[in-house]
Amino acid sequence: MAEHTVRSPLPGVFYRRPAPDQPPYVEVGASVTADQTIGLVEIMKQYTEIKAGADGRLTAFTVDNEGVLGPGDPIATIEVS
Amino acid sequence: MRKLLVANRGEIAVRIIQAARELGIRTVAVCSEADVGAVHVRLADEHVVIGPAAASRSYLDIDAVIKAATDRGADAVHPGYGFLAERAEFAERVIQAGMAFVGPAPEAIRLMGDKTAARASAARVGVPTVPGSDGPVRDQAAAFAAAQRAGYPVVVKAAAGGGGRGIRVVASAAELGDALPVAQAEAAAAFGNGDLYVERFVPAARHVEVQVFGDGERVVHLGERECSMQRRRQKVIEEAPAPGLPPRVREAMTSAAVRLAASVGYRGAGTAEFLYDPAREEFFFIEMNTRIQVEHPVTEMVTGRDLVREQLCVAAGAPLSFTQEEVEIRGHAMEFRINAEDPAQGFLPSPGTLAMLRMPGGPFVRVDTGYQAGSQVSPFYDSLLAKIIVWGDTREWALTRARRALGELEVHGVATTAGFLRSIIELPEFRQGQYHTTFLEDWMAEQAARGDELVRRTQ
Repeated sequence: MAEHTVRSPLPGVFYRRPAPDQPPYVEVGASVTADQTIGLVEIMKQYTEIKAGADGRLTAFTVDNEGVLGPGDPIATIEVS
Repeated sequence: MRKLLVANRGEIAVRIIQAARELGIRTVAVCSEADVGAVHVRLADEHVVIGPAAASRSYLDIDAVIKAATDRGADAVHPGYGFLAERAEFAERVIQAGMAFVGPAPEAIRLMGDKTAARASAARVGVPTVPGSDGPVRDQAAAFAAAQRAGYPVVVKAAAGGGGRGIRVVASAAELGDALPVAQAEAAAAFGNGDLYVERFVPAARHVEVQVFGDGERVVHLGERECSMQRRRQKVIEEAPAPGLPPRVREAMTSAAVRLAASVGYRGAGTAEFLYDPAREEFFFIEMNTRIQVEHPVTEMVTGRDLVREQLCVAAGAPLSFTQEEVEIRGHAMEFRINAEDPAQGFLPSPGTLAMLRMPGGPFVRVDTGYQAGSQVSPFYDSLLAKIIVWGDTREWALTRARRALGELEVHGVATTAGFLRSIIELPEFRQGQYHTTFLEDWMAEQAARGDELVRRTQ
């Protein structure tokens, strides 16, 4: 089965939740659609939504919540359906 | 006060360290692992690395900041702006640890941070707030009653919204009837809470704020600042005094700010924000910021008062060093925020290494910055690179000086908003001082549309 790697378009800090007091956008193992938001990357207090980019099942995050990303770094893996 | 911990970074940390040094107070800088080479760290007498790059694990870590302060024997903490500056819990912890907090009492921070409580405080001392529903409206009847009080047009706002999201303008009772269920559903979907506020809509509203200062006994004001040049609710240019503000309005607004601060026995620097309706010449209290503000230098330039020094002296227990009668507004000042953002790419943040940084200088030009040539502009913090502040004996001369100063600025290595600011100062609306809080975005939209039209015509 094909795998899709979600990558960060820009450097910054990765967040799995829209706000600290809210649940994560998506849990590992959940099915996602291409235009679904799976996290945020913050750079200089600006937030960019990260979309899944493919329909399928999110099998893993390759960065921790509040982990630091460089441009092009992998964020998550999606098993494409 | 003998040793001050500065719980911040960037230009405001530099500003505070410089004020402390002039008073003979030793300084302790805190920094994240990403900021070890920063200017504020180099300028301070000592420094403590308090955590990794992410602000949530360094500059926002209350335990780490308090530990640094007590370890180094600091007797006072200045929070700057942002980060922990308006967290009542932080002020409490500083005081519990036996140090002075450079700012108002935790109760004042808490009171003013609560929108409903702050509005109630304003009402008690006769300071007007935007007419409308005092709190969320629960049903149609309440919404219509609030709209009637406010007068049409009104705005229907999601109570849980903010930053301009979840707002719609309604011109009549009939429109309100149609809009309510839709707005409710939208608010519930977007914010998980369908509560709505109904308030008067003020077209072409201006953001005018008043600088106040208290020592627990007396409160004075240091005039107002015009902060209507905004993009996405972020201030881009500020000036003092506010152009074209009728003297009667200025008098009423500044005395309202003083009354409000005095009613809570305010200590330290604070800013009362007002929404000003230039058509009706009416103003309404929005909120009070219980900290030093980014744009404080324009007030310093027109009053000749060092607000950060005053903060430190008042926190050390001294009374205010001047009276209201001694505050005199001279000339005109403007501040330009140079951000490491790329206007050509939708203001995308632009971190990097400052290969070159040539700041303007010369007569009546002040630059507040936490950077120098060779500095890293980190992706972890806000994009404010420098504030360029100019003074002129008239607004005209301030504008002339602004054009000269912005022309001297040269930055290589990161994109900046300097060119964008250079365009704004040439706009007739800005030159005439006739702009409001949505002016800049309207102009930008117009420019974008014109660009599209040009592209269409050449295709």
